Amino acid sequence: MANQTTAKTKVAEPAQPVSMMSVIAPAVGWLIPGAGHIIQKRWIRGALLLVSIGTLFVLGLLMQGHIYKANGGDILDILGFIGDLGAGGMYIVTLAVNGGQGAIAFAIADYGTKFMIVAGLLNFIAVADAYHIAIGKKQ
Amino acid sequence: MTIQLTHFSAAFVFALFASIVFGITHRETTRDMLRYGVYCFAMFLGGALVAGWAMWLVRR
Repeated sequence: MANQTTAKTKVAEPAQPVSMMSVIAPAVGWLIPGAGHIIQKRWIRGALLLVSIGTLFVLGLLMQGHIYKANGGDILDILGFIGDLGAGGMYIVTLAVNGGQGAIAFAIADYGTKFMIVAGLLNFIAVADAYHIAIGKKQ
Repeated sequence: MTIQLTHFSAAFVFALFASIVFGITHRETTRDMLRYGVYCFAMFLGGALVAGWAMWLVRR
């Protein structure tokens, strides 16, 4: 009986230590794409992420894409807002200068809108990657 | 300032940058990152080309 209980008891995995870097890296990485990698001395990866995500977002703006705001209206607008929000500082700056107010009147503007949403979503992935590096789950 | 990309160049740019991010974030070693990035790029662009030709065939 006692042996059965012991056998069924799972060995608890050691908790990941919460370091300062595991908090700072994702936060900085969200504000500036790739910065979460750069502050952990992953220079090339950080630079590539910055260029890739930054270029996608800027191209989206130049293609007269539309930036979504937190208006709580249509469900698709909310999803678009969540995607855009992932771009962090670029999204905040764009809102501040009143950019991204295109009406999506033609196909390329629609592509631009999707470019900016995808840039934000890719930045979410980059933030998660920076966190995994910070806790030592990834090199 | 605005920019007008063709449909193909938009797909190319999208595939290129999304593949770079996927490669970096989904693999551990540099070699695996490169291989996965190239694989994603081929799938993105190849998928767009195949879908384009499929729609052309359906339209005929």
